[in-house]
Amino acid sequence: MTDLSPDVVLSVENLSIDFTLRTHILHAVQNVNFQLKRGKTLCLVGESGSGKSVTARTLLQIVDKPGRIVDGSILLRNGTKVTDITKLAPTGAAMRAIRGKRIGLIFQEPMSSLSPVHTIGSQIIEAIRLHSDLDKKAARARMVELLSQVEIPDPDTMADRYTFEFSGGMRQRAMIAMALASNPDILIADEPTTALDVTTQAEILDLIKRLQVERGMAMLLITHDMGVVAEVADEVAVMRFGRVVETGAVDKIFHDAEHSYTRQLLASTVKLTSHVKAADSTAALSANAPEPVLSVRNVSKVFGWNNGAKALRAVDNASFDLYPGENLGIVGESGSGKTTLGRLILRITEPTEGKVVYRREPGSEVDVTRLDKHGLRAFHRDARLVFQDPFASLNPRMTVKEVIGDPLIVNGLAKGKALEERVAELMRLVGLDPLGMERYPHAFSGGQRQRICIARALALDPKIIIADEATAALDVSIRSQILDLLLDLRQRLNLSFIFISHDISVVRYFCDRVAVMHKGRIVELGEAEQICTAPKEAYTKSLISAVPNPDPRDKRLMHRHRFVAPAIEPAHV
Amino acid sequence: MLGYIGKRLLYMIPTLFGMSLISFMIIQLPPGDYLTSMIATMSESGQAVDPAQIQRLKEIYGFDDPFYIQYLKWMWGIVSRGDFGWSFEWNQPVSGLIWNRMGSTLVISLLSLIFVWAVALPIGIYSAVRRGSFGDHVFTFLGFIGLAVPNFILALTLMYVAYRYLGQSVGGLNSPEYAEAPWSLAKLGDFMMHLWIPIIIIGASGTAAMIRILRANLTDELHKPYVITARAKGLPEYKVILKYPVRIALNPFVSAIGWVLPHLVSGVTIIAIVLNLPTAGPLLFRALVSQDMYLAGSFILLLSALTLVGVLLSDLLLALLDPRIRFN
Repeated sequence: MTDLSPDVVLSVENLSIDFTLRTHILHAVQNVNFQLKRGKTLCLVGESGSGKSVTARTLLQIVDKPGRIVDGSILLRNGTKVTDITKLAPTGAAMRAIRGKRIGLIFQEPMSSLSPVHTIGSQIIEAIRLHSDLDKKAARARMVELLSQVEIPDPDTMADRYTFEFSGGMRQRAMIAMALASNPDILIADEPTTALDVTTQAEILDLIKRLQVERGMAMLLITHDMGVVAEVADEVAVMRFGRVVETGAVDKIFHDAEHSYTRQLLASTVKLTSHVKAADSTAALSANAPEPVLSVRNVSKVFGWNNGAKALRAVDNASFDLYPGENLGIVGESGSGKTTLGRLILRITEPTEGKVVYRREPGSEVDVTRLDKHGLRAFHRDARLVFQDPFASLNPRMTVKEVIGDPLIVNGLAKGKALEERVAELMRLVGLDPLGMERYPHAFSGGQRQRICIARALALDPKIIIADEATAALDVSIRSQILDLLLDLRQRLNLSFIFISHDISVVRYFCDRVAVMHKGRIVELGEAEQICTAPKEAYTKSLISAVPNPDPRDKRLMHRHRFVAPAIEPAHV
Repeated sequence: MLGYIGKRLLYMIPTLFGMSLISFMIIQLPPGDYLTSMIATMSESGQAVDPAQIQRLKEIYGFDDPFYIQYLKWMWGIVSRGDFGWSFEWNQPVSGLIWNRMGSTLVISLLSLIFVWAVALPIGIYSAVRRGSFGDHVFTFLGFIGLAVPNFILALTLMYVAYRYLGQSVGGLNSPEYAEAPWSLAKLGDFMMHLWIPIIIIGASGTAAMIRILRANLTDELHKPYVITARAKGLPEYKVILKYPVRIALNPFVSAIGWVLPHLVSGVTIIAIVLNLPTAGPLLFRALVSQDMYLAGSFILLLSALTLVGVLLSDLLLALLDPRIRFN
């Protein structure tokens, strides 16, 4: 067994992991090498299915059943000796002494990674007492100290709360406190901020970084977001199809990448930091602008008792215009009311007040909020919705032909051969081979499924498409492909888009104008370039500056603008 | 919490009234009443029927009164003096008949419930954790047998085995020599000896169902991220499983309290008849056949009350077990 160089805490050597499946053996991880160094962060980057999470879990030997280590070693420095983790029995005491004690783990789902039926405090105390002989009282004191280290306000009270009383960011903080309970020398963070809003993400990344520096921990951070990598990594390992295709210092990876896949990954990320040059993006705003196709005026939605103490104004007095051929972005954090606003426009949710005017032809006006059932159906033919989750929004028991053709059948527009031809045309339009018409959605990848959803939305020749987080569930390279497809379709079919997203880079790339929402209000509305580079409102500034910049030479998070809400309302749980 | 319990108890009163009203109505639905069926039986056996006596009985019991008057009289009797009415068939007050039967029903229900829990919990956990193993297949096979075989056949088989090979007196809850004896240690021992057959049979289908439910629930929970978190802390495997996923998969176990009682009374009547158990089922069945309406009505009323209490208990336990329920 080779000895480790002094600053290396853990070394993965030629690691291979197989999953023995019913029909074949899946080589999830092949011949992977990397080293974790004291006080340094290694980022493992890759798209979904590249084997990065499996690799991380193998370090703790907590990979689920059919997965097993077939080759290689994981060498962990253990005082003066070196332990090979792959030689330890997964359920043995030696392995358990490493878990939590030497290597801490945080992962993606702050929702579900803590038990909902135990208090936050008890779960952390359990982790503390497992690896120390503190008595209950001392362990509780230590737990409270940990919670205050991760900046949870009023830790003594919060410790007795349950996970569902915490917000996403707070849960992730508690999770971090738990992972740090026994002062591990290695922290594995598996997509720790993916499920969080950008501003929360920035805070959590700050926190992790600070704690890492204070404690001199080695960190393995797994992510698909090159922006996050640029902000926190010292070294980067790029994974694809279970192999590490390139390893190197962060600066080298970003500015002098050798492998074509690394460059491709970077290109699709960097592409999204600029705005696409649409031929006539400013035309919509000039003096001789055409009439807006959709005008939203003072629309509000109040949930709960009208104007009562507990009434929640999900959308508060929102007004904007959508011009023909324009892409309007609506950005905001979760709970800002952006999805509700989209639903109000279509009247899927009934607005409390305000009106929405739709102009099919110039000069003809329809007040959507006054439409009867019949009129609303006609409006819904012109304004279509594309959802976030391409897996959940397609019926798995319908063929692609049935899915795309469904709006045509429902509206009695086509059947038989004509239907088939129209579906084929739509599939070609979104870049799918019409031969796949008879197959079921499960046969398609995430990106292809989103294309199917788009084809379905286009089936009725709509004027307006409302895309609610349409690219949020896709990998970054697929994401830019889908955005390009939408841009192309806009030009060819003269569509207008309302693009709802929490992802600033996507909005910046795709949209002409952007509305920023915060607590139900539109706080700022302006051209995309202006919002993203020179925002006026304090909230927009903090939002924009929290977006990680995919350039390690220009780390934005360190000196970001922090927004403090003017009046902090008590958080409702 | 106390306010919640109080509110639930208050809600139970109108529910009970509604239930008693509906059951009283249903009992009265078939044409005729207890007297007509008694006259029919008497004339069949060639006995003379004295019209004057019939008239007297009718007046005493108020058979000619409209339905709601009969109901109100009965209800008033219960509320004002705890008088559940008169059983025509047994010729004695209902309350004297009923408490004994309810007691044994309750004991058998609770013991079967404990049996179901004690057997289903370990087997369910084992089956979920070692899914697809030989043991899991064996238990799955046994479970399906438990679900598929009609309980009375199981009852007959067990009685045969107990009588033929163990030389035990079977049927009922006491051997004949203890039937009239006062309670003593020996009688208690005899009671216990008799108890295992009904408990196994009554619990069989419930156990099989519970194993399947627990196995399915736990299988879903076993791969949740919070389980991985617990494992990554360094907890030993048995603790990981018992403390986290099992705790969450336990909810159907607690809800079982709510349904086990009505199931036991209505579903297990056939077993109780086969095994000659002195529970409420057979008595209720006979009372319904002979239109002994006060007896039947009182049984249904008490069983509804017990069921409501069971449901309340299981709801309270669920809230105790799962804070998500408590806080919503």
